[in-house]
Amino acid sequence: MITAENAAHFPRVSKSPEPPDVRLQGVTKRFEDVLAVDELTLEIPRGSFFALLGPSGCGKTTTLRMIGGFEDPSEGRILLGDHDVTGLPSYKRDVNTVFQSYALFPHLDVFENVAFGLKRRKVAKAEIAKRAREMLAIVGLEGMDRRKPRQLSGGQQQRVALARALVNHPRVLLLDEPLGALDLKLRKQMQLELKRIQHEVGITFVHVTHDQEEAMTMADSIAVMSRGRIEQLGGPTELYERPRTAFVAGFLGVSNLLGGTVTTSGAVRVDGTGEIRVDAPLPPAGTRVQVGVRPEKLRLDDSAANSVSGTVVERAYIGVATQYVVDTPAGRLTVFVQSSGTAAEGDAVRVSWDPESTFVLEEAS
Amino acid sequence: MSALLAAPLGWLGVAYLGSLAVLFVAAFWRLDPFTAEVIRDYSFSNFRTLWEGEVYRDIALRTIGIAALVTVIDAVVAFPIAFYMAKVASPRAKALLVVAVLMPLWASYLVKIYAWRIILQENGPLNWLLEPFGASGPGFGNVAGVIVFSYLWLPYMILPLYAGLERIPDSLLEASSDLGGKAGRTFRRVILPLAFPALVAGSIFTFSLTLGDYIAPQIVMAGNQFIGNVVYTNVGVANNLPLAAAFATVPIAVMVVYLLLARRAGAFESL
Ligand SMILES: Nc1ncnc2c1ncn2[C@@H]1O[C@H](COP(=O)(O)OP(=O)(O)OP(=O)(O)O)[C@@H](O)[C@H]1O
Ligand SMILES: [Mg+2]
Repeated sequence: MITAENAAHFPRVSKSPEPPDVRLQGVTKRFEDVLAVDELTLEIPRGSFFALLGPSGCGKTTTLRMIGGFEDPSEGRILLGDHDVTGLPSYKRDVNTVFQSYALFPHLDVFENVAFGLKRRKVAKAEIAKRAREMLAIVGLEGMDRRKPRQLSGGQQQRVALARALVNHPRVLLLDEPLGALDLKLRKQMQLELKRIQHEVGITFVHVTHDQEEAMTMADSIAVMSRGRIEQLGGPTELYERPRTAFVAGFLGVSNLLGGTVTTSGAVRVDGTGEIRVDAPLPPAGTRVQVGVRPEKLRLDDSAANSVSGTVVERAYIGVATQYVVDTPAGRLTVFVQSSGTAAEGDAVRVSWDPESTFVLEEAS
Repeated sequence: MSALLAAPLGWLGVAYLGSLAVLFVAAFWRLDPFTAEVIRDYSFSNFRTLWEGEVYRDIALRTIGIAALVTVIDAVVAFPIAFYMAKVASPRAKALLVVAVLMPLWASYLVKIYAWRIILQENGPLNWLLEPFGASGPGFGNVAGVIVFSYLWLPYMILPLYAGLERIPDSLLEASSDLGGKAGRTFRRVILPLAFPALVAGSIFTFSLTLGDYIAPQIVMAGNQFIGNVVYTNVGVANNLPLAAAFATVPIAVMVVYLLLARRAGAFESL
């Protein structure tokens, strides 16, 4: 699972003497009049599980394809380790890709698909067979060597694509929405499996997804992208609990945002109600900001330091929790309560939360 | 539904297979040498005549050999063109190329052959072009036949190949490159096997169209006959329908063998 420790992992590793596995330096990609990737600078440390997360069309695939060598950047440099690979064709790069459509060779069987890269490198026949079988065992496909891709389920095809790439022991493995074609249950299962396999082989994974939950479950660090730029980069916990922009806050789950002004006493005066305390660095007094709280950090009582009063307008049972919508002078708040809760629609309630659960966004955006 | 299908299937059965059957039966009849009447009893005498006549053997071998050579030449010439159309050209260039390939099909086949007769003749443009280099064109004969047939049937090879290559997803080519395959390896291990059924489809056209032709040989091959010419003269001039029918079974047999081989090679698996 992802913990705060994992999140802290990132800066420590990047300071080690070993060069990062992937470095993008001011990488820009233009397609005629479309700016797909906009001066992206990024370092992906060795052995990490890195996610590129963002909405459709934000440039994730383009970024990945430039690392893989299928697309040349319009500007900027790409390094793998200490090796400048800008402009090198994909067959000269020590990276392998798991394509979104899997791109398995339909005329070759599972074994031949997996052995494709090794055969090219003139590895001895016995060695090829050994390594291919080993890799098929790691992805859980023993005994399927002689099947053709069309005789496999989506999940099995996905595993073949993974084995075919990993068997070459690349420096970096690129995955473009590898679970996109699977149903929800299989997707959840494959998320954990991918994580296990990454631990087992110790190769750097760069995983593209538009599913925030998937990125949070699997990645050590996540770059949230929007319109060709990195909006924020960090561990899952950090991004979830301390988003720096409204885009990141909104993209990684539900959040309640309240407008306010920084006071001289180091608090925030929320429009329509009183002051609330914040456990985060604040801009100078007088600055307009938005403060945010996640719904599950809100409580329907008066026990925490920050509180507002309001009226329940909606109550819905959503499986793991009960969702309340509460109208307050500061705005409408969404609250998730673990127990079924006692408040009913129309009741007057107090909503409270801790200063530590509060994040601050500058309103300029 | 079955009523709808009955008419076309009936037509196929009676008109198409029926005429083939009549042809096959007629091949075993023979001609009375004195009255020149067709005698409807059954013997292998026509096939014996064909087998023992050196002229007939030469004609059959020439026909099959040229058909095979034309097929190979068309495959080699068509592949890069079809590949460029399917995988490299911009959508605009692609549309222009498709039109360019189809255009010659709108012109009369006969006119195209006569055009080649003019190109290849003694004081024609080809010799005029080659003269400064001290060379000369092939004149009329087998080589001219190969050139003209290769030209005539090239679109029939390009179009199925183009469709077949178009169907290969770009991601497969990228996957090959991703796994370290340079252009040559990607071609041999990915493109060629996947385009093979299309190549066979195209070759069936070029091969059978050449095999059945009898007009181009008369115009550009200087008296070198094809099976079709013999069939034509035996039906029309010599009035020996049984012999013509027997000789006509040769290209049919060749095509059957060809299709069986193609099937063995897996050409129809992915159709
Ligand atoms: N070959 C291309 N030609 C022109 N524009 C392109 C090309 N490839 C991508 N684009 C444009 O670049 C932008 C980024 O595309 P990209 O495929 O990287 O997005 P993405 O983040 O992967 O989106 P998705 O989640 O939908 O896959 C889009 O606006 C897209 O239309
Ligand atoms: Mg994409």
